[in-house]
Amino acid sequence: MTDEFAVEMQDVVKRFTTPEGGILAAVNHVTMQIRDGEFFSLLGPSGCGKTTSLRMIAGFELPTEGKILIHGKDVSQIAPFQRPVNTVFQQYALFPHMTVEQNIGFGLEMKGVSKVERSARVSEALEMVRLPGMEMRKPKQLSGGQQQRIALARALVNKPEVLLLDEPLGALDLKLRKEMQLELKSLQREVGITFIYVTHDQEEALTMSDRIAVMSKGVALQVDKPEAIYERPATKFVADFIGETNFLDGVVRGQTGSTVEVDLPGTGTVYIESSRTFANGQQATVAVRPEKMTLNREISGGNNLTGRVEEVIYIGTDTHYGVRFAGSHKARVREQNVTQGQKALASIGDEAVVSFTRTSPRLLTE
Amino acid sequence: MINWLRRNKSAQGTLLISPTLVFMIGLLIIPLILTLIISFGKRSADGNVIYSFGLHNYIRLLGVSYNCSAGQTVCYDPIYTQILWRSLTLAFNSTVVVILLAYPLAYFIARSHPSRRNTYLFLVLVPLWTNFVIRVYAWMMLLRTQGLINSALAWVADLFGRPFTPLEMLYTPGAVLIGMVYEFLPFMILPIYTSLEKIDGSLYEAAADLGANAVRTFLRVTLPLSAPGMVAGTVLVFIPVMGAFVVSDLLGGKQVILVGNLIQRQFLDARDPTFGSAASLILMALTLVVMFFYTRKFGFGEEIAIT
Ligand SMILES: Nc1ncnc2c1ncn2[C@@H]1O[C@H](COP(=O)(O)OP(=O)(O)O)[C@@H](O)[C@H]1O
Ligand SMILES: [Mg+2]
Repeated sequence: MTDEFAVEMQDVVKRFTTPEGGILAAVNHVTMQIRDGEFFSLLGPSGCGKTTSLRMIAGFELPTEGKILIHGKDVSQIAPFQRPVNTVFQQYALFPHMTVEQNIGFGLEMKGVSKVERSARVSEALEMVRLPGMEMRKPKQLSGGQQQRIALARALVNKPEVLLLDEPLGALDLKLRKEMQLELKSLQREVGITFIYVTHDQEEALTMSDRIAVMSKGVALQVDKPEAIYERPATKFVADFIGETNFLDGVVRGQTGSTVEVDLPGTGTVYIESSRTFANGQQATVAVRPEKMTLNREISGGNNLTGRVEEVIYIGTDTHYGVRFAGSHKARVREQNVTQGQKALASIGDEAVVSFTRTSPRLLTE
Repeated sequence: MINWLRRNKSAQGTLLISPTLVFMIGLLIIPLILTLIISFGKRSADGNVIYSFGLHNYIRLLGVSYNCSAGQTVCYDPIYTQILWRSLTLAFNSTVVVILLAYPLAYFIARSHPSRRNTYLFLVLVPLWTNFVIRVYAWMMLLRTQGLINSALAWVADLFGRPFTPLEMLYTPGAVLIGMVYEFLPFMILPIYTSLEKIDGSLYEAAADLGANAVRTFLRVTLPLSAPGMVAGTVLVFIPVMGAFVVSDLLGGKQVILVGNLIQRQFLDARDPTFGSAASLILMALTLVVMFFYTRKFGFGEEIAIT
């Protein structure tokens, strides 16, 4: 229990035989460490292996290769009912023939907790999810949001070492989902249990998580804090999946210290600060967030590219400008509408200068 | 006319149920009333019905007899109450055995790969393609004193040089039980399978996740959630066994007479339709009473049973 990692996945591979008879690596050499007490999210598009990873931690699937450790103990071959983890299922999986009380008390009953203590802990758990007095209801008599909370209570009442949640808010409407996000986060802080949270919603992951693992095609591309994932995406996929990014493809022409010179063919030359070392002639992509670009406000010592405005979209708080450059590059610039009645900085068809500092882009090669 | 029908929901309803309604009134309600009337009547010397009103047939069924020995005018003759009791216990035993045999099979099918389930269900239904009487004759061939089972046993005994007396299997209550179980097994397998197949797989995982091993998952999740199938199957097995007579006729002979046989004999051999009618109604009443208490406790199998 002294191990600082709640869960470790060591070079884990899970292969499935597909119905067509092929072999599919749903999880492909994933290694990650989830710290004790943190809110950790597995984020990625549908089919990237999030659920499979979670199910291997729960024990519903056994890894084809590699090891899974919970608090330092290898559980790779241990049955689900013997693991110190509990799951909140996507469709809740409440027992339809049992009352709320029997549902929540099920785990305690299996552990042999006495009836008296059980009912006390069940009411406590119901308080925690803010549904006191619901003991005698059947799952069918609850709304989706209430069922979700009961599923949460049923898992948390066992005080697991790790709580696994597979898109638990996926079936709720937007407003309720936003509410539950905050509630889940504060609940997690309160109980101090490690949460591993699966979602395909980047905003949800950014709002709730201490750290995020971004997955694609069975591979964990980047594991980091939300700010780091957003500010310093490791790959084009991550930059694209989390928020919006402009990609300007170019070729490295030289590097002096940390400053890299990149030629954007036809559009111009830019200088980017990067801690990495690039070879001359190497293909590289300049990734810049739209809000880190400005329109018609040249930055001295920064990068200034001239193009033509193709699109102006007013969305209330911001105005988005779509700009096309001489090379086939395109960029979207986001300007905040700070003053009332602010005039558009440019109209469609105008020539305009797009500027960004040397430190704001990421120079990516994969 | 069509438009009027379109607007009028209750007329639509009447139209939809009317074929069944005509059928039910003509072939169920009216015959039932006739049966009731006949059961109060008397048998004439040539085997016809003399319409009158008396409860003598019911009194006779309950064991009151006027053909007594040694100077008694009224005595207790248990023959008919014994037959009723035998039918009741046989229906109960058959249902229990059928559940015990059907459940594991239904479970196996429900748990097998989806691509194979239809094949298994098909195999369950295959015996129903052959006429039932022929299949019961097949059981006679197996169970006879000179039948297949006894021949096989004799051969084995011979192999070990032991003497062998053939087992008396045909014309025993056991043979009738086997026949009933055999006949009604599919009617239990299908509803149990249906309710097992409906159980969401994530419930098994949830149970395992919460610390239940395979046995406890079965007892606390699988069994209660498949109870509706068992209840529906019980209704489908218990009621027909109560009235069955072909199996007991062929496999039970004179040894195992059920209410069904009694009724059949009153109409065909004894030529007393009044007594036969009374017996039919008693059988119906008995079945209804049992099913009434049963369904009051368990429902008709549509609701999820509460543990
Ligand atoms: N039992 C299985 N058999 C075959 N393929 C599976 C199985 N489970 C998942 N997969 C495949 O593995 C991939 C990853 O699935 P999953 O982990 O559910 O993705 P996610 O949860 O990220 O949407 C998908 O392509 C899916 O079709
Ligand atoms: Mg999933």
